[in-house]
Amino acid sequence: MSLTAEPGRLGAAAPAARAGAVEKTEAPPIELATQEGRNKLIGMWLFIAAESVLFASFFAVYLALRHSTMGGPTGKELFDLKLVFLATALLLSSSFTSVMAVLNMRRLQAGAMKAWLLATWLLGASFLALEAYEFNHYVHMGHTFTSSAFGTAFYSLVGFHGAHVTFGLLWLFALLVRNLRREVTPYIAPKVYAFSLYWHFVDLVWVFIFSVVYLMGKVA
Amino acid sequence: MVRQGRKKGAFYVPLFTLLALALAGCGDPRVSALVPQGSNARESLSLIQISAYIMFGVMGVVIFLLAVVLIRFRAKPGDRTIPKQVEGSNLLEFIWTAIPVLIITVLSILTVRLTFSMAQDHSDDPNALKIQVIAHQYWWEFRYPDLGIVTAQDLYIPVGKKISAELWSTDVIHSFWVPALTGKMDANPGALLDGKRQNANRFSFDAETVGVFLGKCAELCGPSHALMEFKVVVLPEDEFNRWVEAMKKPAPKPETTKAAAGEQTFQKNCMACHALEATDPANRPGPNLANIGNRLTIAGVLPAGDDAERAASLRRWIEAPNAVKPQNDVPGTVIMPPFKDKLSPEALDQLVDFLMLQKVDVAPPKAAAR
Amino acid sequence: MTTISVPVGGVRKKSLLWDYLTTVDHKKIAHLYFWTGLVYFLIGGLEALLIRTQLAVPLNHVLDGKAYNEVLAMHGTTMIFFVAMPLLFALMNAVVPLQIGARDLAFPFVNALSYWLYFFGALLTHVSFLTGDVPQGGWTGYFPLAHPDYTGYGMSYYAMGLQLSGLGTLLTGINFVATIVNHRAPGMTYMRMPLFTWTTLIASILTMFAFPPLTAGLFLMIYDQLFGGAAFDPAKGGNPIIWQHLFWIFGHPEVYIVALPAFGIFSEVIPVFSRKRLFGYPAMVVATALIAFFGFMVWVHHMFTVGLGPLANGVFGVATTIIAVPTGIKIFNWIFTMWGGKVRMTSAMLWSVGFIITFVMGGVTGVMMALPPADYQYHDTYFIVAHFHYVLIGGTVFSVFAGAYYWWPKMFGKLLNETLGKIHFWLFFIGFHLTFFIQHFLGLWGMQRRIFTYLPGQGFELPNLVSTIGAYTMALGVIVFAINIVYTFVKGKPAPADPWDGRTLEWATPTPVPEYNFARLPLIRGLDPFWLEKQAGNKTVPPAEPYADIHMPNPSILPFMMSLSLFIAGLGFIFKDQYHPSFLYLALFGVAATLLVMFLRSVIDDEGRHVPRELVEQEDAKGVSA
Repeated sequence: MSLTAEPGRLGAAAPAARAGAVEKTEAPPIELATQEGRNKLIGMWLFIAAESVLFASFFAVYLALRHSTMGGPTGKELFDLKLVFLATALLLSSSFTSVMAVLNMRRLQAGAMKAWLLATWLLGASFLALEAYEFNHYVHMGHTFTSSAFGTAFYSLVGFHGAHVTFGLLWLFALLVRNLRREVTPYIAPKVYAFSLYWHFVDLVWVFIFSVVYLMGKVA
Repeated sequence: MVRQGRKKGAFYVPLFTLLALALAGCGDPRVSALVPQGSNARESLSLIQISAYIMFGVMGVVIFLLAVVLIRFRAKPGDRTIPKQVEGSNLLEFIWTAIPVLIITVLSILTVRLTFSMAQDHSDDPNALKIQVIAHQYWWEFRYPDLGIVTAQDLYIPVGKKISAELWSTDVIHSFWVPALTGKMDANPGALLDGKRQNANRFSFDAETVGVFLGKCAELCGPSHALMEFKVVVLPEDEFNRWVEAMKKPAPKPETTKAAAGEQTFQKNCMACHALEATDPANRPGPNLANIGNRLTIAGVLPAGDDAERAASLRRWIEAPNAVKPQNDVPGTVIMPPFKDKLSPEALDQLVDFLMLQKVDVAPPKAAAR
Repeated sequence: MTTISVPVGGVRKKSLLWDYLTTVDHKKIAHLYFWTGLVYFLIGGLEALLIRTQLAVPLNHVLDGKAYNEVLAMHGTTMIFFVAMPLLFALMNAVVPLQIGARDLAFPFVNALSYWLYFFGALLTHVSFLTGDVPQGGWTGYFPLAHPDYTGYGMSYYAMGLQLSGLGTLLTGINFVATIVNHRAPGMTYMRMPLFTWTTLIASILTMFAFPPLTAGLFLMIYDQLFGGAAFDPAKGGNPIIWQHLFWIFGHPEVYIVALPAFGIFSEVIPVFSRKRLFGYPAMVVATALIAFFGFMVWVHHMFTVGLGPLANGVFGVATTIIAVPTGIKIFNWIFTMWGGKVRMTSAMLWSVGFIITFVMGGVTGVMMALPPADYQYHDTYFIVAHFHYVLIGGTVFSVFAGAYYWWPKMFGKLLNETLGKIHFWLFFIGFHLTFFIQHFLGLWGMQRRIFTYLPGQGFELPNLVSTIGAYTMALGVIVFAINIVYTFVKGKPAPADPWDGRTLEWATPTPVPEYNFARLPLIRGLDPFWLEKQAGNKTVPPAEPYADIHMPNPSILPFMMSLSLFIAGLGFIFKDQYHPSFLYLALFGVAATLLVMFLRSVIDDEGRHVPRELVEQEDAKGVSA
């Protein structure tokens, strides 16, 4: 309230300098060096916020329908925790490698950054391969997308996450192809950082899937 | 310009008078939520009235202030003076926060109490009559599990007795509404999980006056949603008991050759879907036809003021049901087929004659309650 | 209308069509939203007239049950998704960057993408008219009725169309939040932002959190309809009530997504035409935020008769009544803005005053409906129909008209005719109350909603006839508006830069607004910056920076191509069930094309272009002298 001017009178310009108008004294990290970069990252955060609600909705639907197996196999019969644990380890490692990529990006080490990104891609791809194997196994056990509401809810949630991993891999592929011969610049850095944010989010969702779908499914 | 502002105020005076008049009781007593004939409708109306009167007050304040503004604070043509730039007023902000908070607190207390009291479950009440309401596209099935009878479209209940209803749907979502007796309750379809029907609803209502009340499906359920009407026939308790006993009797046998021929036709063409006896144990897909000769409407919408009209409506319906009320066209669903081309006019006459015999001697009240 | 089409940065002269297909300029995107929204407003209006014509007399035969349900579903869907939101987006796009002193949105490319997603989403839904399977499950799309078994593939067009336009809306939400957070001019603190910017910010945050549940619900709906899914299918253990929850978790905030910006528009119009500062500005901001916050906790009030039990009904009922408090604060603050002012009854102001009366009536019935025991009677009757038309027409539609009259000079360079504007208002306003006031009573007298006809002898005849006459009166008003638009384009005078003695920054820009909006970003020294500077004797708002090259984004056809690809994919997925399985390849082609466009966007460098400093100075000098 105190910030508003007296009616009819001019206030001072706000004391805090606005982004873009005055350079900050401390140099920002490279991904925040440009206005475009700052926009990209706030946009990414907002997108992730929205995506969280999207996944929350699928989680809620799954929780509501997970007992509607209609005589088909239940989660307890289906889930193989060892396999899922391996998948979790792969995905979490890929989160680590993407952090390494960002750290190297900030040090302007383009080569190391790309190497870590490649590692991220490979780990993500192995996760996806495992998931494909897992789904195939379930289908053979009679747990399909159309077999019951449980099936629909399960594949909607876990499959939607898988689709996010797939999209992330395509994205990373495009990023690597495009920047194969380039150095780290303020133009590229936000793109890499935004990908990394997305990838962490996808990992985080998996942690929830691991607990809610697999662990709870095994216990219940 | 000032005149215009006054005119706007004047525009609303008759509207509010009308509103006040209407809330004092109005509409057709067979179907109006404003003329309650059952405790649910009465309690709903009490809350409607209290909240409406408070809201008239709120409206009045707003319209008064607006009228003052529009009369007093209009700029004269050419007036370029600049009024005082007021920032706001904490006192005023406090007032118009506190008073609404007070109002909604009062309303909330009343509401929560009534919400819980209206939701009382009478399914274990020995004095309550248990019924099951099963909604179909586009007709209503009424079962009396404790009495062992089934009927359709006309729900018979005793006056003054709590009716404990269980409610579900076999296809899409419908909603059971008898404005004069009770507010809505949805009839939901649901999965059978461990023998329990998901989404089935339980609720209770009653009627305080004898008469016939109009019921409606209130949830969009397909092309014939508007035609999914039903009636609630409220009888004095002894009359109701006579009705129950009569319904339990076997179907009357035809005495004329014409009706006997109609029975033949019925057995050949209708029996697969329709039962003639209210106690019929088979779960047939079509409405139960016991007492069809007394139905207050045919198919919920065709007039049945007297026997002649009823017979004519019945014939119209049997000949071409989809011309009266388009049925659903879900693949694999049993629907009422048109018999215009399947049966000769004589056979149809005979069939209608036979169906008109299917009635118990407890007639519904002739006129609606006043 | 002459926009500045100076070939800057070596861009060659383009045709008007190509210009609009590729534009990323928020002002042009505003035009696109506005005209598209207006076309759908006419379509939705015609549907409304059909509805009212059918109901004018009992047992009427203008439409049969199926056709009526189609018109009904399309009317609701169109008006909410393809009219209300796009028209508000048009005004947001046109005004918000100017109000905060920005050169464009944070993501101009995404802004274009949002528009084209909306365009193709709406188109996809309307393609259903050509295929014969039109949505007929209402705009709420309740399952199982929305399943092809019951209503054919119409509701698949609904689901696909909304999924597309919903994605666009979500991106718009993100875009405006990022813009308002990152792109305010120097000195434009949060508490100096105009109310329209505030409400845009908060509505955008609502969009970000409200649309994802709808997206999830629509995915499940599409799975059930076209891919054998079973989430809502009771026969396979699914539960149709889940759809209702997902829909209304979205649906109630959605009401505020279209109401809050409307509040913002009135909060701009009323101070200007009262020549007085907005009364209780901080209270208005807080009230907006509170409405948004509580808006997420009340969705069950649409489901009181579902049978969720007295606890859920009671809690959600009480939560709903709370929203009346911040809304009331707003109403009184508007009235007290006028109080003591010099009120000028222009067309924009007429709509605002009409709004206060109408919206309060819609608001008080809203409180009445929040009480579950009363709602058992109101629910799914014409009382509800009356209520939401009071808030949606009285709020959103009135605000769009007010905004149109108010911002037309800034958007299109000409002033709409005031006399025609007043005729438009009175016809529409009287017609509106004639149509909907009586419907409160129809509901209480026992007329349920969404019925294509009614039996005679229940006392519904006269009220329905009155209502229909009212609807035609409203239609006359809209025709007058259309005449006004044509008249203005043909004969209207060019508008000055500041025709209303404005208070906020958009009126400090020259008309027509240069593509970069501000030659030099302005320095903001208080709430209502332009008014303050005028009062201090300054001609305009002082600049915060010297002249410099201005960085602008490049136009691009990719947003159009990407939306078109998704449109093809959506059609393919529906056609594969409706016509032939091999349409799956069309769908996959669409998906592949979408990914290809995204790939192109990723790998092609686009660093934008610069408008040279000399040109900016030149144009600025011209603008000031003009």
